[in-house]
Amino acid sequence: MNFHSIRAIYVFEMARTFRTIAQSIISPVLSTVLYFIVFGTAIGSRIEDVNGVDYGAFIVPGLIMLTLLQQSVTNASFGIYFPKFVGTIYELLTAPISFIEVTIGYVGAAASKAVMIALIILATSTFFVDVQIAHPFWMVAFLLLTAVSFSLLGFIIGIWASNFEQLQLIPLLVITPLVFLGGAFYSADMLPPAWQVVMHLNPVFYLISGFRWSFFGLADVPVEVSLMAVSAFLVVCISFIWWIFKSGWKLRS
Amino acid sequence: MSPVISIKNLSKTYEGGFKALDDVSLDIRKGEILALLGPNGAGKTTLISAICGLVRPSSGSITVGGHDIVEDYRAARSLVGLVPQEINIEPFEKVIATTRFSRGLFGKPRNEAHIERVLRSLSLWEKRNSKNMELSGGMRRRVLIAKALSHEPSVLFLDEPSAGVDVALRRDMWQLVGELRDAGVTIILTTHYIEEAEEMADRIAVINHGKILVVEDKARLMAQMGQKHMTLELVEALDALPDCLGQYGLNRSADGMSLHFSYDTQAERTGITRLIADLAAQGISVRDIVTKQSSLEEVFLDLVGEEA
Repeated sequence: MNFHSIRAIYVFEMARTFRTIAQSIISPVLSTVLYFIVFGTAIGSRIEDVNGVDYGAFIVPGLIMLTLLQQSVTNASFGIYFPKFVGTIYELLTAPISFIEVTIGYVGAAASKAVMIALIILATSTFFVDVQIAHPFWMVAFLLLTAVSFSLLGFIIGIWASNFEQLQLIPLLVITPLVFLGGAFYSADMLPPAWQVVMHLNPVFYLISGFRWSFFGLADVPVEVSLMAVSAFLVVCISFIWWIFKSGWKLRS
Repeated sequence: MSPVISIKNLSKTYEGGFKALDDVSLDIRKGEILALLGPNGAGKTTLISAICGLVRPSSGSITVGGHDIVEDYRAARSLVGLVPQEINIEPFEKVIATTRFSRGLFGKPRNEAHIERVLRSLSLWEKRNSKNMELSGGMRRRVLIAKALSHEPSVLFLDEPSAGVDVALRRDMWQLVGELRDAGVTIILTTHYIEEAEEMADRIAVINHGKILVVEDKARLMAQMGQKHMTLELVEALDALPDCLGQYGLNRSADGMSLHFSYDTQAERTGITRLIADLAAQGISVRDIVTKQSSLEEVFLDLVGEEA
């Protein structure tokens, strides 16, 4: 394992985060605060509780998951797309570095940034609601697994994208709707039975359910199912990236 | 001495069917400067890209330092530094950070003394905290060289290093390349500037339509393939060439005061003695004789022209 190479990519990517701190950190935190004000306070004041949990606290895991998924995908996709865009990808492709090391460097940095923002949002939410974490270990485990899995997805998107429009396409048109429809702001049993069936087809639903369980001990599906879903997604993404580097798809001519 | 780079029967056909390299075999000696000459689209960049791992060969094999570039890519690539033709550089990053990144990426531990040495040698040390986007085109090209040298390669590829740089920087770069060669670095450069190859190279490889046409020591190539040109300045203007001088292929100047004669230095008989005798027999007096060696550019054009 070439640790110097991994470190170089990781440090380079994290430096970008701190260089663009307003865009990288302040912007998502501000968006989340606005969600709390609109959903938690304005709308939440009209909803008593959800399965015994205060509505303001109930949406915290969903909001964190929303940001975590968006940040993981966006950071990783931009991280690998930008060298393609400015042409510096040649250096990565000529370096004595394996696909595993490239992936660890870029995905590690993207996931680190996403987790960092998620934790900032968690800390911010304590100013608005009383947040209890029933299973801290599993909360961290879900946070990391989700961040890594969706950073891998972002990495794939970054390699696939040929322009900035394609780069934004999946996060805006797929990830955000899946999170909103995956129970970020409500429980599955608050929907009509037909929509509950549709909801079960949404992979993000399992992530939010498992993550919410780690906070309140309440879940729409058994936590083991959530864990299996995110693990399966992780394996699929790693396999696809392995194939990309083996075939040179979108990278080597 | 075993070659530092050995290319055997290398071919590359792109998806669209374009054959960029056609059965190329080439050995590059340790410590030499090899200039790869060829017109646009000849296959120079594809050849370099294949050695560096950017392009997948359709067939053939390449070793760098005895390491196969596919089977043992880590060892092979760690020896190679590439300065690409296009100025591809992180615009928002600082000069020193982007140079450090390259060193780390190639698996080398941090070495600030080496980074400083490289940046100073390229007159970039004063600009180390400037963002790349704030630099001029010539300075950015220097940053590309600094990145390639940051990980101490033993083989350096310079793909059109002088494209778009001013004369002063070009001279600086030539000096740097000379210093690197003295330090034992093997240098392969592609160039459109024949003057550059003539100035720096130990050997010349000419490539066209994906084939290596010739690989030869620069001096020997010019001696072997070079023609000499002789100008005979006459005492009196010559209105027309006598028929008996037609065999020499002489060109008469517009004012008739000089005759131009080209001859092959490698030929058994150059024809000079006979020409002088024939001129004297015709009563044509010669005031002066000037000879000139073919430039590498003329040699190159001859080769490419013949092949086309």
